[in-house]
Amino acid sequence: MVYIFRLLQRNLAFDVESGSLFEFDDLGVRVLEAYAANGGVRPSGGSLPDDADTAGVADEIDRLVADGTLFSESAMPAVEDLYPQDSPIKAMCLHASHDCNLRCEYCFAGTGDFGTGRRVHLDLETGKNAVEFLIRASKGRRNLDIDFFGGEPLLNMGVVEELTAYCERRAQETGHRIRLTVTTNALLLDEKRIDFLDAHMDNVVLSLDGRPETHDRMRPFAGGKGSYERVAKRIREFAEKRGDRPFYVRGTFTRNNLDFAADVAHIESLGIGPVSLEPVVAPPEASYAIREEDLPAILAEYERLAVQCLESCKNGSSLRFFHFEIDLEGGPCAFKRIKGCGAGAEYVAVTPEGDVYPCHQFVGLPEFRMGNVNRTGDDGEVVLDQGLRARFRELLVPNKEECRSCWARYFCSGGCAANSYHSSGSIDGLYGIGCELQKKRLECALWLKAAKAEEPPVL
Amino acid sequence: MTHVKTIATSSIRIPSDGRACGECQTSCQSACKTSCTVANQKCERVSK
Repeated sequence: MVYIFRLLQRNLAFDVESGSLFEFDDLGVRVLEAYAANGGVRPSGGSLPDDADTAGVADEIDRLVADGTLFSESAMPAVEDLYPQDSPIKAMCLHASHDCNLRCEYCFAGTGDFGTGRRVHLDLETGKNAVEFLIRASKGRRNLDIDFFGGEPLLNMGVVEELTAYCERRAQETGHRIRLTVTTNALLLDEKRIDFLDAHMDNVVLSLDGRPETHDRMRPFAGGKGSYERVAKRIREFAEKRGDRPFYVRGTFTRNNLDFAADVAHIESLGIGPVSLEPVVAPPEASYAIREEDLPAILAEYERLAVQCLESCKNGSSLRFFHFEIDLEGGPCAFKRIKGCGAGAEYVAVTPEGDVYPCHQFVGLPEFRMGNVNRTGDDGEVVLDQGLRARFRELLVPNKEECRSCWARYFCSGGCAANSYHSSGSIDGLYGIGCELQKKRLECALWLKAAKAEEPPVL
Repeated sequence: MTHVKTIATSSIRIPSDGRACGECQTSCQSACKTSCTVANQKCERVSK
């Protein structure tokens, strides 16, 4: 399958099975479209103009077809080869706190407590049990990931520090590499905590929505006052200390700021990044939820953002937007591309009470509770709902009818199960708006590759 | 430009041993936490 599209004055063709990308001129794309209409084979019998230029293009396309980079056959592994033994759990979102010092209007965590009405912190023993559960469940995997999440995890900084030390010790003892991440609203950062996170966290995700008015509208304190000023200051301090080591500024956009490219530009102007700005996850009835009618504006805004990234690159400041950062030369293998995010199969969330869920987006939904790290069976292992786990293991591209014919299937790998559940009532359903946004982001990412190939960045 | 310009070729690979090593990050552990883009994850291939 070849996906042919025109974006911002460029004709681009993406060969879905091989991951190859080409740019065509206007004549070239007309010939390519004739091939596509003819099942990827050179058309005959007068369906192409009989001139030397057209024949030359067709010869070039024939060479690419013969090289296996255009209209290539599927080389995807069979589903039964993906998990020949098991899919061990290797990553955990560890909820250090179900309390928060902000009252973000769009919070999918119910402003911290995930709708439970209980604002609680993770205790050290439950945290250690969670780490031990991960180590034991991971079986042959060396690389393990733990993200301290919330609520606001720094409200429980003592336990985060103790669990960090525990993870580092256990990694040494067991031969695992345990990568630690924290996702924080940055409010409680001070010099000592910045030093700690910089020293011990492989990645730090800091929440900022962009311009002051955007951020303050959705991310106020409990009293209603906006948090932008303090948050931006703390993030700048962290970024200065962190330098080139990994961190992300992560924000959310809603239908209140469909001009979100301006928010990314604002974050860039603060000298902090790279940036991830995500469409809000919200019930359809929420006033700020993204609606079908917002799609044209959002798709156009992603194009503006792509142009912004190119301009930034040419100016040497190199704005990095998470979803445009596609590695067309390397990137994940075919296996990874059909199995997606791994929620419920390789990735779980653990709450302060020790409850295990398929991922952070499912926390608090009783039907998705998989077990508890404090409760083990006779064999000493945490008892997990294997039926539920099996349902998540089946969330593979080849098992999703709508995905099987989508050109973006090896980029998004079937999308987010939580978004599917919230929009369709089923974890293997479709979140149509999310698909449209994802495809546009990918088109923009491919366009950026072509644009940068033509105009090398100023270094 | 000529009529066709190659930007990138053949990035989607099956490992030579035909097995998934499973050492790469799960996607939500990176930055998004809401919408999965698998293709911007790194390969962390190890031989087993």
